[in-house]
Amino acid sequence: MSEDFVRIEGVSKAFGSGAPALDQISAAIKGGEITGLVGPDGAGKTTLIRLMTGLLLPDSGTLTVLGFDTRREAARIQAAIGYMPQRFGLYEDLSVQENLDLYADLRGLPQAERAAVFDELLSFTDLKRFTQRLAGKLSGGMKQKLGLACALLKKPRLLLLDEPGVGVDPISRRELWKMVKDLTSEGIGVVWSTAYLDEAEACTSVLLLNQGKLLFTGPPAELTQRVDGRVFKVTGIEGRRRPLLASLLDRPGVLDGVIQGEAIRIVTDAGASQDVLREGEGTKVIPAPPRFEDAFVDLLGGGPGGRSKLAEATQTQTDADTHVIEARGLTKRFGDFTAAQDITFDIKRGEIFGLLGPNGAGKSTTFKMLCGLLKPTAGEGRVAGFDLRRDTAEARNRLGYMAQKFSLYGDLSVAQNLDFFAGVYGLKGQHKRDKIKLVTDIFDFARYANQSAKDLPLGHKQRLALACAVMHEPEALFLDEPTSGVDPITRREFWTHINGLVEKGVTILVTTHFMDEAEYCDRISLIFRGKSIALGSPDELKGRVASPTNPDPTMEDAFIALVEGSEKEAA
Amino acid sequence: MSGSLRRLTALVRKETYQILRDPSSILIAFVLPLILLFLFGYGVSLDATRTRLGVAVEEMTPLTQDLAASFQASRYFEVKLGRDRRDFEGALVVGEVRGIVVIPQTFASDFTAHTHPQIQVIVDGTDPNTASFVQNYVQGVVATWMKQRASETQAEPPGINVEQRFWFNPELTSRNFLVPGSIAIVMTLIGTLLTALVVAREWERGTMEAMMATPVTAAELLAGKILPYFILAMTSMTLCVLVAVFLFGVPFRGSLLALYAISAAFLLPALGQGLLISAATRNQFLASQLALLSAFLPAFLLSGFLFEIGSMPTIIQWISAIVPARYLIPSLQTVFLAGDIWPLLLRNIAIMLLAGVVFLGLAGRSTRKRLA
Repeated sequence: MSEDFVRIEGVSKAFGSGAPALDQISAAIKGGEITGLVGPDGAGKTTLIRLMTGLLLPDSGTLTVLGFDTRREAARIQAAIGYMPQRFGLYEDLSVQENLDLYADLRGLPQAERAAVFDELLSFTDLKRFTQRLAGKLSGGMKQKLGLACALLKKPRLLLLDEPGVGVDPISRRELWKMVKDLTSEGIGVVWSTAYLDEAEACTSVLLLNQGKLLFTGPPAELTQRVDGRVFKVTGIEGRRRPLLASLLDRPGVLDGVIQGEAIRIVTDAGASQDVLREGEGTKVIPAPPRFEDAFVDLLGGGPGGRSKLAEATQTQTDADTHVIEARGLTKRFGDFTAAQDITFDIKRGEIFGLLGPNGAGKSTTFKMLCGLLKPTAGEGRVAGFDLRRDTAEARNRLGYMAQKFSLYGDLSVAQNLDFFAGVYGLKGQHKRDKIKLVTDIFDFARYANQSAKDLPLGHKQRLALACAVMHEPEALFLDEPTSGVDPITRREFWTHINGLVEKGVTILVTTHFMDEAEYCDRISLIFRGKSIALGSPDELKGRVASPTNPDPTMEDAFIALVEGSEKEAA
Repeated sequence: MSGSLRRLTALVRKETYQILRDPSSILIAFVLPLILLFLFGYGVSLDATRTRLGVAVEEMTPLTQDLAASFQASRYFEVKLGRDRRDFEGALVVGEVRGIVVIPQTFASDFTAHTHPQIQVIVDGTDPNTASFVQNYVQGVVATWMKQRASETQAEPPGINVEQRFWFNPELTSRNFLVPGSIAIVMTLIGTLLTALVVAREWERGTMEAMMATPVTAAELLAGKILPYFILAMTSMTLCVLVAVFLFGVPFRGSLLALYAISAAFLLPALGQGLLISAATRNQFLASQLALLSAFLPAFLLSGFLFEIGSMPTIIQWISAIVPARYLIPSLQTVFLAGDIWPLLLRNIAIMLLAGVVFLGLAGRSTRKRLA
């Protein structure tokens, strides 16, 4: 389309003595299109963007941005690019207008052009009504737009956006995408870094990073091609679908599989026949269009098997059909702000229930009320029949809690964390030692036993956090954003354990802002601005918004349509 | 307007808005200084006026009663009389009295016999400051009394008559040197602590990264921090001086020129230290701890503010030589109590400017436009 805006040649960068953050990266980024910088947390996305701004220098190799070398001509690069770091780089105690003025001065936008540029950007970002509001008082989506406006003040030739989609609701995310797309038609080059693989699919071309290595560069369709004809949906499943998934995953020729609503999505090995998927009479196997994530998993060598040793070692909990978790009109107000309003649902034994919504919607508040960490302003919650207000201790003993970001004691070793959490959950003596030995074997912790938890790779942290939460065999397991930022293989391994535990009768409450992950749940509640705007199985919710123009909507389509519907109702 | 000047103006304006809107800046720059000033103006006193003293008169004679009466008449002591030192031992232990004077049975007979009458002074050595005050003032009272007796009885001629004159602070009011000293503490708080905090905050919130990716230069970033906090510290200092002079009645014998010259010279190393700390830590908690340890505490303890540098161990004296506040506090005390003693002031200003160049140079070196 045009000449290369960014040329990356043999670039490596390491921090400290660990594995390099970037290892021998070579790629090119073009103008006039959106280039996705795709990968899980810790893949090296932020480091690569900072290298492009000239704020970091490579250990070896060279970067040329808009024809300037980042080592020698950083100032000229910085005069020609727009950069929005994570958290948007806004001054929260300055108003929208003052932030714009500041960046206009710093970027040298001539006084004569300002009125017109401000006007254009404010209408573009729909912030005109809020110019006097402090940036700190804006919603996540509005902050993100203001951050973008500040980066666009002096029409950059190259726009670098570091995870602009994190922490914002899907509606704002779509609006931002559209804005950025419009910019590319003017020839601006855009680099959009993301951990969401559905965002990657929409980019013109991508750089797929994993653990500092470049796995793929090119148009995303080129990557998904590699799994063409190997992706299937197994539908019409009789009985429980999770044991079927586990059995399918262990068959030769099956590369990857996940729950997708009522169906199972399978990727087969190259050359394998779809006959391996054959099941009983009712089930149908239909080809499905491949997704970026399928190809990513294929590139990484396939997902883990379907067996969960953790679940196998867990005792089956009987008396089904009881409600293990109950929420009745849960409401939490902080001052005049209502964080959660009248949230009601029941979760049966052995069910996975998801709270889906963007950051700040009220998921974590609801969640914390149900595990007794926050006192509700009104309403009540029960776990295993125990009222969380009156019998807090009993209720807590029956639940396991895995906090956001895998809150472990970073300075304690892996073994010490296990010992500590086993003690906290009331395990003693031989029983405690047996349990610790069991999870150590299952998760292969022996190799890391003496390492500080904070130095573990993200995937291992997640495993350790899960182990700490399940050693006491809780009836209910609370998972707060359990797979945020981890790579797809680690995420599958995690869900294999969860699926296995559910079959043993463990009840799961999970919060997530990943629309795709919501499909692993039996039922979900969509939380938006403190309210539950819809509740049902993933297929039901998607069915509600299906239309002739969009017969097979994604979870994100459903979310957006349902939010807009509830807003119309309110208006 | 040239690009550089325009960017600097924008940074200064931004910082000013932030200072005005952030309650913690106002707290550190105006409320905390006033609290400190009131504390040192009213609360803390290093003077030995009205120290509680126990006087044990073992034998009541007109002579011993007369001596005891002169203790009671002293305005430095609040005297409790007793017959035995054991009456006061418990009180000394718990601190109800700061010292015990024992006038022994033998005192009257020794006095008339001219054979070195003795009295005993018992003080609490755990508080050396008060102990030495008590000791000195007791000696003073006794000496005065002896002289009076001598002149009344026309007995032996008095020995050398020592007459004390305290210049500049004739009432020896500690407030008069504590209040100017506390202004130095205030400027350390703003110059180093507040500056370190606000720069570290920019790192934490990611705004520093966004700034650096614009055409702004490292020098402009530094100047954009130095200027507003320089002005803030000068304003706060002015407020403190007004309170000191008009509320506490501390004399001001020097000139405003000298006052502003020494304050400005001090702010260079103070600001430089703050910027250096924040550039090295990039974290508000660490920055505040480091600023307290490396600037605030030395300004308190190693500057001659509370403790005489001359009486410190030699090594500590050397260390105190690199504490910028050490040069500010005597300068401030001079300007307030003595006047413009330019040789002393210029020497201190020169040292502070030199320290300023060193700190700002280091801060400048560590604030390159790089993230790591």
